[in-house]
Amino acid sequence: MTATDIHTGEAGAIVTADGQPLKVSLARALRRQRLFALALVAPLFIFVAVSFIIPIADMLFRSVENGIVEEILPETVKALATWDETSGELPDEAVFAAMVADLKVAKQNRTNTKVGQRLNYERSGMSSLFRSSGRKAARIKEGPYKDQLIKADKDWGKVVTWQVIKQFSPGLTPGYYLAAVDATQTPDGSIEFETSEKAIHTKLFVRTMFMSVAITLTTLLLGFPIAYLIATQPAKISNLLIILVLLPFWTSLLVRTTSWIALLQQKGVINDILVFVGIISDDGRLAMIHNATGAVIAMTHILLPFMVLPLYSVMKTIPPTYMRAATSLGAHPWPAFWKVYFPNTIPGIGAGAILVFILAIGYYITPELVGGTSGTFISNRIAFHILNSLNWGLAAALGAILLAIVLVFYLLYDRIVGIDNMKLG
Amino acid sequence: MTGVQSTGDPFVRFQEVQKSYDGETLVVKNLNLDIANGEFLTMLGPSGSGKTTCLMMLAGFETPTHGKIVLDGGPLNDVPPHKRAIGKVFQNYALFPHMTVAENLAFPLHGRKMGKAEVEERVQRALDMVQLGPFGGRRPMQLSGGQQQRVAVARALVFDPKLVLMDEPLGALDKQLREQMQFEIKHIHDNLGITVVYVTHDQSEALTMSNRIAVFNDGIIQQLAPPADLYERPDNAFVAQFIGENNKLTGTVTGVDGDQCSVELDSGEKVSAMSISHAGVGQKTMLSIRPERVMIAEEAAGCDVHVNARVQELIYLGDHIRTRLTVCGRDDFVVKIPNSTDRAGLVPGNEISIGWRTRDCRALDMPDNL
Repeated sequence: MTATDIHTGEAGAIVTADGQPLKVSLARALRRQRLFALALVAPLFIFVAVSFIIPIADMLFRSVENGIVEEILPETVKALATWDETSGELPDEAVFAAMVADLKVAKQNRTNTKVGQRLNYERSGMSSLFRSSGRKAARIKEGPYKDQLIKADKDWGKVVTWQVIKQFSPGLTPGYYLAAVDATQTPDGSIEFETSEKAIHTKLFVRTMFMSVAITLTTLLLGFPIAYLIATQPAKISNLLIILVLLPFWTSLLVRTTSWIALLQQKGVINDILVFVGIISDDGRLAMIHNATGAVIAMTHILLPFMVLPLYSVMKTIPPTYMRAATSLGAHPWPAFWKVYFPNTIPGIGAGAILVFILAIGYYITPELVGGTSGTFISNRIAFHILNSLNWGLAAALGAILLAIVLVFYLLYDRIVGIDNMKLG
Repeated sequence: MTGVQSTGDPFVRFQEVQKSYDGETLVVKNLNLDIANGEFLTMLGPSGSGKTTCLMMLAGFETPTHGKIVLDGGPLNDVPPHKRAIGKVFQNYALFPHMTVAENLAFPLHGRKMGKAEVEERVQRALDMVQLGPFGGRRPMQLSGGQQQRVAVARALVFDPKLVLMDEPLGALDKQLREQMQFEIKHIHDNLGITVVYVTHDQSEALTMSNRIAVFNDGIIQQLAPPADLYERPDNAFVAQFIGENNKLTGTVTGVDGDQCSVELDSGEKVSAMSISHAGVGQKTMLSIRPERVMIAEEAAGCDVHVNARVQELIYLGDHIRTRLTVCGRDDFVVKIPNSTDRAGLVPGNEISIGWRTRDCRALDMPDNL
């Protein structure tokens, strides 16, 4: 085909032989490919949406959701709207009447305990107040309601009871997030933080971060030489070493964790050996498990492959001639390593560190089994709120904060190292 | 560069050097080699011939299993690589990707107690030398292959080493660039007066650049000679076949007379040849004749040796015509005929008469594979 054979349309745009604009024709030709690609992606996309995006959205919603008070006590919420909670006086008769009416309905639906339980998170005693009052309110036939209700339970005569109800009557609440950072909102709207001994969540967040950083550093210190060895040995030896690194992956996580208990406990293998050799006395046995030390040791072991593999994959691509070139140019082997080899491993260090850190920060089973009280992570607290205290809103708020921390670290990493520099393999 | 080989003690000396990696086979067998100051010496050979191992031992990345290496009068065996002050250009350049070109060039200067201004000046001078003056701020990855090669050469020279080793430095470049770089490296060598040991498997590269070439095979230097000698006067069958194109005829030595010998070819013809490395009277020999030394038609009339040939194939190559003939029972006999010659009679299937001079035909050892 010569140049003059190319068809051009009115505006000078190129058209195909049958008069279609070239762009339209190209789009049609590519559509099949796109649909095919979409079909390949679709199963995973649906899976991720159902198992990941929707649960996270649900968690984020639960962490602020508070429809229960308005749902179960609709009249009371309406009546309380006009009450000035900062006046220091009890609400008027209309509010008490509404509360009695709401309690009667709630008792019938057996929802009075639910709202009591919800408000009990904010102020203890609310659960029993609503449970007992549900029964007694049913017996209050006619007004005036105020005195009868206070007679039924004297807590109704306290301003703070009503302040709590009013504070948590809106459909959305910052209360869970405040609780997650050990703060409460006083009825007058100001935010009050717990004293540092009682600030359990902040303490756990700080400990989780600190221990995750410690685990990341220990895996790096242990993993770097191993990865270097694997990357520089001949294929026969390096394959064997890779298998040894991967071996823990083929063993159950539970088995690996419990085997650390066997090794590290007071009457465990390591203490026995130390006593036998005479380094420590029999009553000076080291406490290495059910504390922070145990958690760091066990998690370092479990997360080590996640550091070694990215490091190895990066080191493998660094030609051995770099070090040779550096020494031939007059650099002593040690500075040559730091100035030439090490900088080229940074993408691997970054990838390994971020992987280990993110895995560590959300780890649950290992700290649960070997962490004791000083080695528990924030994830253990989340599990406690989901399984035991059933305060799902608080658990969701803690989870959301954890997610935010991970994202902040990820962005920091991107800003400092650059996510494009990360190499996983 | 005449006379470089006659200036007293050699600059580099390999003395009975042997190298084995596995304790069973020798990669380098008893190497003795003197390299003069200012010489451009090329180690040429097929892969696995031991040439790179020799370079590695000189650079210090491998230790000789036996023997010693002397540099500038001092033994080198126990000097670690970073104290040898030998510049090295690697096959894949080995430029440090996390440093700019200027930082790469400054790297060898840092350990050498030099002021910042002097470092900068030397780096710029080295960059100018390889015509990359404005590229100091770039990363190696932002340069083309040829430019990276120049940076590698500049980096190996920036700290003024007396000896520079180059390990197939042009292997990754395309043909045109390779030829250009050959001249540039040669000019740098001539201008700086440094000693260069160059390793390659590309014979044209070796012929273009070297003062002397050491042809390696099987861990042994087969021949050590200037390029012209190597091509025109190969010492043995390996060199004759490895360097340039070579026509082979096989026969048996029937008599030796001074530096000449008479040979009866396997096909019955009797020819005379230069007596070089055959095993003696009654032994098999391989005759080697360069394609451009074979005459045809009238030109053949003045030659010492005449044989008949049948034209098999003509390949037109512009400046010359490659003609494949059947000669004395072998059908891989090639003659290069200049395009200017009258080509009458050069038709596939025709019988023609060819000839050559006795001094262009060398009776060599009989290789095992012939």
